[in-house]
Amino acid sequence: MNGLRRISRREFLQRTGQAGGGLVFALSVGAGCSRTPDTDAAPVSAAATDAFMPNVYVNIRTDGIVEIVCHRSEMGQGIRTCLPQVIADELDADWDRIELKQALGDEKYGDQNTDGSTSIRRHFDLLRGAGATAREMLIAAAAAEWGVPASECATREHAVHHEASGRSAGYGDLVALTDGVAAPESPTFKDPANYRYIGKSLDTIDGFAMSVGAANYGIDTTLPGMLHASIERCPTHGGAVAAFDATAAKAVPGVVDVIRLPDPEAGKAPGFLPLGGIAVLATNTWSAMQGRAALEIEWAPGPNGAYDSEKYREELAASSQKEGRIVLDRGDVAGALASAARTHSADYYAPHLAQAPMEPPAALAQVGDDGCDVWSCTQNPQATRDTVAGLLGIDKTRVRAHVTLLGGGFGRKSKPDFAAEAAWLSRESGQPVKVTWTREDDLRHGYFHSVSAQHLEAGLDGAGKVTGWHHRTAFPSIGSTFDVNAAGPSGGELGLGFTDIPYAIPNLRMEACDAKPHVRIGWLRSVCNIYHAFAISSFADELAHLAKTDPPAFLKQLLGEPRRVDPADDGAEYGNYGQGLDTHPIDTGRIAQVLDTVAGMAGWGRRMPPGSGLGIAVHRSFLSTVGVVAEVAADTDGRMRVVEMWMAIDAGLVVNPDRVKAQLEGAGIFGMSLALHGEMSATDGAIVQGNFDTYPVVRMSEAPRAIHTHILPVDAPPGGVGEPGVPPVAPAIANAWFAATGSRLREMPFRKAGIT
Amino acid sequence: MAITLTINGTERTLEAEPDMPLLWALRDLAGLTGTKFGCGKALCGACTVHVDGEPVRSCSFPVSAADGRDITTIEGLSADGSHPVQVAWRELNVPQCGYCQSGQIMSAAALLARNPAPSDAEIATAMSGNICRCGTYTRIRAAIHRAAGESS
Repeated sequence: MNGLRRISRREFLQRTGQAGGGLVFALSVGAGCSRTPDTDAAPVSAAATDAFMPNVYVNIRTDGIVEIVCHRSEMGQGIRTCLPQVIADELDADWDRIELKQALGDEKYGDQNTDGSTSIRRHFDLLRGAGATAREMLIAAAAAEWGVPASECATREHAVHHEASGRSAGYGDLVALTDGVAAPESPTFKDPANYRYIGKSLDTIDGFAMSVGAANYGIDTTLPGMLHASIERCPTHGGAVAAFDATAAKAVPGVVDVIRLPDPEAGKAPGFLPLGGIAVLATNTWSAMQGRAALEIEWAPGPNGAYDSEKYREELAASSQKEGRIVLDRGDVAGALASAARTHSADYYAPHLAQAPMEPPAALAQVGDDGCDVWSCTQNPQATRDTVAGLLGIDKTRVRAHVTLLGGGFGRKSKPDFAAEAAWLSRESGQPVKVTWTREDDLRHGYFHSVSAQHLEAGLDGAGKVTGWHHRTAFPSIGSTFDVNAAGPSGGELGLGFTDIPYAIPNLRMEACDAKPHVRIGWLRSVCNIYHAFAISSFADELAHLAKTDPPAFLKQLLGEPRRVDPADDGAEYGNYGQGLDTHPIDTGRIAQVLDTVAGMAGWGRRMPPGSGLGIAVHRSFLSTVGVVAEVAADTDGRMRVVEMWMAIDAGLVVNPDRVKAQLEGAGIFGMSLALHGEMSATDGAIVQGNFDTYPVVRMSEAPRAIHTHILPVDAPPGGVGEPGVPPVAPAIANAWFAATGSRLREMPFRKAGIT
Repeated sequence: MAITLTINGTERTLEAEPDMPLLWALRDLAGLTGTKFGCGKALCGACTVHVDGEPVRSCSFPVSAADGRDITTIEGLSADGSHPVQVAWRELNVPQCGYCQSGQIMSAAALLARNPAPSDAEIATAMSGNICRCGTYTRIRAAIHRAAGESS
């Protein structure tokens, strides 16, 4: 964080080199914002000739407006509401006198990569500090002016007060007095009992704009004279253009130019670079699409031209049957299985998935003498900046990566390949260019959630207690997107629901099996937790039924005595999502509490009508634990209906309960989509699915009649929220289906069993 | 060809290829970006607008077919965001990312215009053409009931 500087507007503009003169280095998005992306240069209030900028996140103007900079991307999780809640609370600022600005991609903000459910859990203290620092400096300024000890002053409702003398000064009035006030080394945080916004369900800051069509996404940005681009990319991953003819494309009305993008370098990992292909540039999106359809291209399919997902599935399953790399080992699993009263084994499979955000990838770029401006719906503005700079071969200080609202992200938009395409095409055409991916582009050329095959074996003693658990997971790694030599699951990926298995089983062996990628692999909401939770929570349910024990009771037995688990004790490389096990433990007592809570919410144990059943799963991921109970019914035609869902979360401290509940409700639907329908398959190296007809997602007609949510009040540091709700959904539904029908689902999507 | 249509109460003449979908005419030619692109094949409903009061997937509706007709987009549903559906959407904090919500709101407004008190089943029928990837369906359903209560 920067030390104190009270910067005059002129000084600030000189320092940042902004000719036109915005006071804050940020693009405002959302309500009231022009669609033309020139907000950096928007005139500020005439009164704001000075500003107090205690750090990069807070800027107080003399008119009393507190500008708060949101350096994280909004994709529906509510961070543009929650982040200012934290800062404003510590600052004792009035919510109505806040203006939110969106940060450009810049290291000065620290980590901006909006993934891993990190925005609150990893930045809570940083944000509190940003507000508390500003508050203490305002107090120091007022105390100096009044000649009283700072300790006698306090802040309340956007002003500093000295109770003894009855004096007070509003924040705007104090701006001019902050010159020379030193920033506190470690500001004192508020007593949580005095929180005014943290823990409150404030309305979504962009809600009005969203309700009137004024919210601006990457696809909505415009610049005068811009061209619209649509790109035909090679159907197979790693392929390239062999030859093309653009004559017919150029004859399409509205088409201005046809440009070949650089081919991906052979033998190199794809990273975030464009996939190559042929771009058609036109005066409007439709003409670009029509021109693209008229292209004649011959493709060289490259190394993955023979990829067939059905054959690959067999290879993956075979890999999971063979001994892998032991990544966690406790006791003597072979001995336990050999001496067990009863053993059981099962195989689980889940295919590739696409994130399919409702707004497909879209970006607008303008390359000129002063470098490149790029506006995009990016989760990762610093990577956008770096990637664009690298592709254009210019210094990153000459790239300004602006962040719009995201029409969903789910991990897709943490990869800025689409922004790099726009930048390249703008430079080549000499015009501002907006690249809009079609839904087919999004589904066929994505960074796919990994396909996985898992093999499990367990032994039970005569009392039905699990004595041994042997588990193998095989999947191609996200690491392959960045390193061609990445052969299999990484320690980080295995820490997503595999090596952090919390069960108190005396003999436990977890193995990772290698797998080669044939597509770009990337993050999707909850990542590897999806298939690991599916296998573990389903297999546990299988064992519960074998042991003739009620599943919640069986899970409690598996969790064992309340204790803290450290996977490193059994030799695992475990990162705990980048945070300490001291602050964010794997606490089986807390997990059991979530289990009990959600079972109670659902009325577990009640008599169910024939053909109906309840299923339960509980899973810790991203440092929070979510329990799900699904009520599922088999309709008279044998088809599955998810009737109702109950979800409970222990996320530690929660900033905005309504947004957390919304994330759980959404996770319930997202989890249903991948459980029931989600599959990306390939033949001859090309992805088969192209739109929502072949890649269906849950619609209103399939939505449960209710998704009941509950946040456990837990006095602990915040955990993640965006992702932890997803993983337990699929196994809860599969377990409910078993309870309803006696049929076990070990493969996603469940529609493959002919039941949806 | 020149196509004359009324958009949100104002007559506009757009120069467009006749087969250009109304969606792109609205977004790229008329500058109204509140109507969203999601699939291009009338599968997701993000592009829903009203043509003579009826909900239409503008991504699959040629602009030439809109010639002489009355188009309402999310920007024109109300002058100030005060349509009961918009109000209910805000009161229940329905949107997450918000991208599909223009289409959701237009579909919901059309439903309530012809059925002021829809049942859950009627809501499901009317709204199942609108995908929300964030999964706000239970709130959408509740918001439609709330808007129905306020408009009746």
